[in-house]
Amino acid sequence: MAETDAWTLLVIVGLAVITVVARGFFFISEKPWRLPRWALRGLQYAPVAALTAVIAPDILLAGHALNTPWRDARLLAALAAAAFYFWRRGTSYALPASIGVGMAVFLPLHVGLGW
Amino acid sequence: MNMPLPEPPSDLRSRTGRVGAWMAARVDAMARSGRHPLYWAGAREMAGVSVGLTAWAFMTGVAMIKSGMSITEAVTMSLLVFAGSAQLAAIPLIAAGAPVWVIWATAFCVNLRFVVFSLHLRDYFMFMPRARRLWLGFFTGDVTYVLFTQRFPKPAQTATQRHAQLAYLWGGNMTNWAFWQGFSMLGIFLGAALPERWGLEFAGTLALLGVACSLASTRLRAFSAIVAAAASLMLLALPFKLNIVAAIVVAVAASLLLERRLPPAELPAGDAHG
Repeated sequence: MAETDAWTLLVIVGLAVITVVARGFFFISEKPWRLPRWALRGLQYAPVAALTAVIAPDILLAGHALNTPWRDARLLAALAAAAFYFWRRGTSYALPASIGVGMAVFLPLHVGLGW
Repeated sequence: MNMPLPEPPSDLRSRTGRVGAWMAARVDAMARSGRHPLYWAGAREMAGVSVGLTAWAFMTGVAMIKSGMSITEAVTMSLLVFAGSAQLAAIPLIAAGAPVWVIWATAFCVNLRFVVFSLHLRDYFMFMPRARRLWLGFFTGDVTYVLFTQRFPKPAQTATQRHAQLAYLWGGNMTNWAFWQGFSMLGIFLGAALPERWGLEFAGTLALLGVACSLASTRLRAFSAIVAAAASLMLLALPFKLNIVAAIVVAVAASLLLERRLPPAELPAGDAHG
């Protein structure tokens, strides 16, 4: 079992502060104030960019090279999950069920065939 | 019917001190919220959509423990951070030993959608002192924000309305918190017992993929997602996982530039999904 280390706990406490600051961002100060327009618009695009920047290497890379699109459990699972999400978009179960579909593709290929 | 409360002994304050009196006042306030019918309306509506969240919470728990965190670290993260997508984005960076500021910057970018929500919630919350605003803000996640603002399109005007709105929001928040933490803990402890070679941490990546799909609700947001993915891959040679932060900057800048070239009709102003 992994050891608990102080660095990770420090990172976690910082992440907790980030949650509070982000969720309460505009009610920290009593004074009404506004962000410049470009920053307000930028808020529309940053979260989705951050998510895909994190996951793209996890899905598309094997080591440090682009992997072969066939015979890769992660890529096929991600394609299945995204396809399912857009097929069932708007239903309350679309998100969790897409994880389930992705894992149903991933596990047999990864554990069974070793892809 | 509510039972009438017995009168508190008059020397309560002197016996318990200020901290005790404060605690008693907090419990009183919680009980007042809990007795409000809208508290349970909020709880019921949140429970209706919680079924989907439970799978996500479970997978976040599994992803934390499978990334190599200890149980103490995973439990602490779940309880303190309480933000699924930011947690999932931070997990691989923590496992890779990325610099602290890169992890924090990435989590903050993922959380920027809450900044948009807080601008909207400001009108509802400003009557409270700062500590209580931030406390309530911490517990208000995506789903409870959406349910709350659908139920109450306008901020309260009177004290009675404020009490009703807060009761509804706390009912939803507490239900959300209980479902989330319960299934997150289940994921942590079951995940610790499952074999490494299954590669279950990939469920975390799939969860983020689902959130990314739900956030890519306009063409410009989808454009931002694709640019960020491509930039993150192309900049992979940068040290310290800097490719993540650089890709966000590139994608947001490209989206803002493209946005200026589009006619205003293409831009939904205040959409806040996900």
